Amino acid sequence: MTETTACALLQPKEYKSKVKPVWCPGCGDFGVLGSITKALSGLQIQPENAAIISGIGCSSRMPTYLRTYGFHGVHGRALALATGLKVARPELTVIATGGDGDGFSIGGNHFLHTCRRNPNMTYIVMDNQVYGMTKGQASPTTDPNWEKGKLTPGGTGINPFQPLVIALASGANFIARTSSSDSNGTARIIMEAIRHPGFSLVQVLSPCVTFRPEQRDWKNLVKPAQMEATTDPAQAARRLLTDEGLYTGILFRGDRPAYQPRPEPSIDNIAELDEEFRI
Amino acid sequence: MTRQNLSIALTGSGGSGVMTTGSMLLEVAAQAGWYGFMGRSAGPQIRGGEAAALIRVSSEPIESPDDSFDLVLAIDPGSFGRFVAEIPLRSDSLIISDAEGGRRSSPLPDTPAQVLDLPMKKLTKTVKGGRPNMIALGAVAKVIGLPESTIYPILEKILKSKGADALEASWACVQVGYAAASDLPNFESPPINTDSATERWSITGNEAAGLGAVRGGVRFVAAYPITPATEVLEWLADALPKVGGVLVQAEDELASINQIIGGSFGGKPSLTATSGPGLALMAEAIGLSVCSEVPVVVLDVMRCGPSTGIATKSEQSDLNIATAGLHGDAPHLVLSPTSVTDCVFTTQWGVHLAEALQTAAIVLSDQSLGQTRAIINKPADIAFMAKRQVPQNFEEEYYRYAVGNSGVSPMAIPGQAGGQYTADGLEHNEAGAPSSLPEDHLAQLDKRERKINDFDYGKHWADLEGEGDTAVITWGSTTGPVREALSRFHGQGEAIRLIALRLLAPERPQEMAAALKGVKRLLVVEQSHSKQFYRYLRAAYDLPAEIRLFNRPGPLPFRPGEIIEQLADWSVES
Repeated sequence: MTETTACALLQPKEYKSKVKPVWCPGCGDFGVLGSITKALSGLQIQPENAAIISGIGCSSRMPTYLRTYGFHGVHGRALALATGLKVARPELTVIATGGDGDGFSIGGNHFLHTCRRNPNMTYIVMDNQVYGMTKGQASPTTDPNWEKGKLTPGGTGINPFQPLVIALASGANFIARTSSSDSNGTARIIMEAIRHPGFSLVQVLSPCVTFRPEQRDWKNLVKPAQMEATTDPAQAARRLLTDEGLYTGILFRGDRPAYQPRPEPSIDNIAELDEEFRI
Repeated sequence: MTRQNLSIALTGSGGSGVMTTGSMLLEVAAQAGWYGFMGRSAGPQIRGGEAAALIRVSSEPIESPDDSFDLVLAIDPGSFGRFVAEIPLRSDSLIISDAEGGRRSSPLPDTPAQVLDLPMKKLTKTVKGGRPNMIALGAVAKVIGLPESTIYPILEKILKSKGADALEASWACVQVGYAAASDLPNFESPPINTDSATERWSITGNEAAGLGAVRGGVRFVAAYPITPATEVLEWLADALPKVGGVLVQAEDELASINQIIGGSFGGKPSLTATSGPGLALMAEAIGLSVCSEVPVVVLDVMRCGPSTGIATKSEQSDLNIATAGLHGDAPHLVLSPTSVTDCVFTTQWGVHLAEALQTAAIVLSDQSLGQTRAIINKPADIAFMAKRQVPQNFEEEYYRYAVGNSGVSPMAIPGQAGGQYTADGLEHNEAGAPSSLPEDHLAQLDKRERKINDFDYGKHWADLEGEGDTAVITWGSTTGPVREALSRFHGQGEAIRLIALRLLAPERPQEMAAALKGVKRLLVVEQSHSKQFYRYLRAAYDLPAEIRLFNRPGPLPFRPGEIIEQLADWSVES
């Protein structure tokens, strides 16, 4: 072992900032924070070359807790912010983070169109099937019979949003599901997601111990997917439509080219733009 | 009678090609050495309906519609009726129409003008593949004294994509129309300006705003189409890649504003263009730009509101939302160009200011500037460029939101080692960490306000012209008619001041006090039904005791004569 590599390697903790998370004790998002730092360390991405972009919600607090560049924007628009940054600065590693309400309800349109546009970035959704920051309302992924939602006392009565199926149909290039209870497994999948070209979606089942305490059981219920990741969208669709949402692993790897305009300047002097207006 | 200028309206039913005819006529006039402009009036139909090209040509630079039109060429009589309010005529105005023209049998409405018949439809039949609008082009050119030979090169340029047959047919029609019009009365035309030393341009306000943006340094644009701003974005889609910039078509306005905030966070000066409905959708994220201190420019090409309003027609009614539409205390910049030419300067200045002050700049253009094509003198090159303060070294711990004297704190750009921070719409402390402490909130509110209030905007905050104890105050596109009205007064030896605001936010109380010094009577002119500008002035500034308000909603433009009427019965002796 050489001395140089030993001291040059960035450890996971070196990606953490000094700011203390607002999350409740036992929140799944602590595990995801750890997984992100392990993934960044695993890939040895310099902190100044990574940007974590989020909207609003408990999990959207993520950027503040990392020592990379970060943007904590407005509710639902993380993917739009992230797309702008990635298109303007393609050399950066851009990771959007957030929750199920931020991403699939108020941010639903951006979710569809970012999958479709396929920029080379990673989207980590900490899905706990509830709005936690506003204290316990049903989210798009909530079971229709969950009766404790304070805006939907008798249950929502409507089918949950299926983010991975929608992502596949919209054109996402990499689709995976993990559990926050498996910190190392989640880190490995995030590394794969970052490495995979195009738009990568990682759904992390991340329990809300305050408003959905029953989700503590997820760690016993999740099971590794039985099959290797498919590259065939039709096969992936069958698989995603029939699983009950608890299989973890990489479920789909596409091969669509990533969206990245790379303009070649064709004029030396901006004054050349004047030509078309001259009489 | 020799005229310094001529106002000409071309009207037709949709698909009759009046806009093409108007554009060609303006180009022929430009080649002949004239200045002028062409505004567009049309219904919301994608194809069909009625359309009018509203043209004024002059031997001098010109930026206001006249009080009335000298000549109307109605390709079919029915189309003119739709525009009676927009095309005022006098008893010595001339309407050339075709009793047999168009598909409808609706006659010309009652008019004070003299009506002459030109059988354009019949003449068209003498040319294989001919079109009445090209007969009209030839006829108008003859009546206003443009040499026939100057028309062909313009036809060739504009019709080159349509093929040789179309060009030949059009040229034959122009010649037929030109010959047929020799029986019609001819106007004494404005003297042709042969001063070739001055470089002249043909440009729309929307193109001018796009050019100003690129000159100012904008290299990232996110775009969602909306009338009447789309042409800004289309022009930028072509121009930006040439200078290494990028335009992304976004999924909605929420995406376009947030994308440009992302791009600007990445270090690229960024802009989007929209109209009122889009600005309303963007309001939340413009507040994010203010709070996170990530500069962006939002160009709003205003149209009649509220809601969808009249999408194709102009109004100055987004002043309220632009100045006061953000939630919380969110000081930002609001600017407005005062002419088509000024769309270059004001947009470029807006980019410069947003970048220098790390905040949002809303630039309020409008449909009457944006979609008007004008023949102007080449806009001056100006030195205002995007120049963001970026930290040069990180030897000491970096505080992104440090409360310094000016309130502008150096902004690290991703990729700079040691500069990592989280930009945040949550209130934060100097380091950028979320904070709900009252002292942090106060310090950051002060910082964000101070940086734009204490900045030296120089003389560009307003166009101040003339002197005297009567003044007219206005903003944006109504400046053109006001300026022409005052120049007519000046011609009569009477002095009236013009105050045309370019910077609407932040307020400039000291500069305004100086501009109003000695003013006893103040006329406020604005195109808003609810007196938005008047109320803004009342709230922001100390005004003279004697104030008159001349306001009305869009889409009818202000005409210089109307402004003169407002002033005429006020004593103007100094």
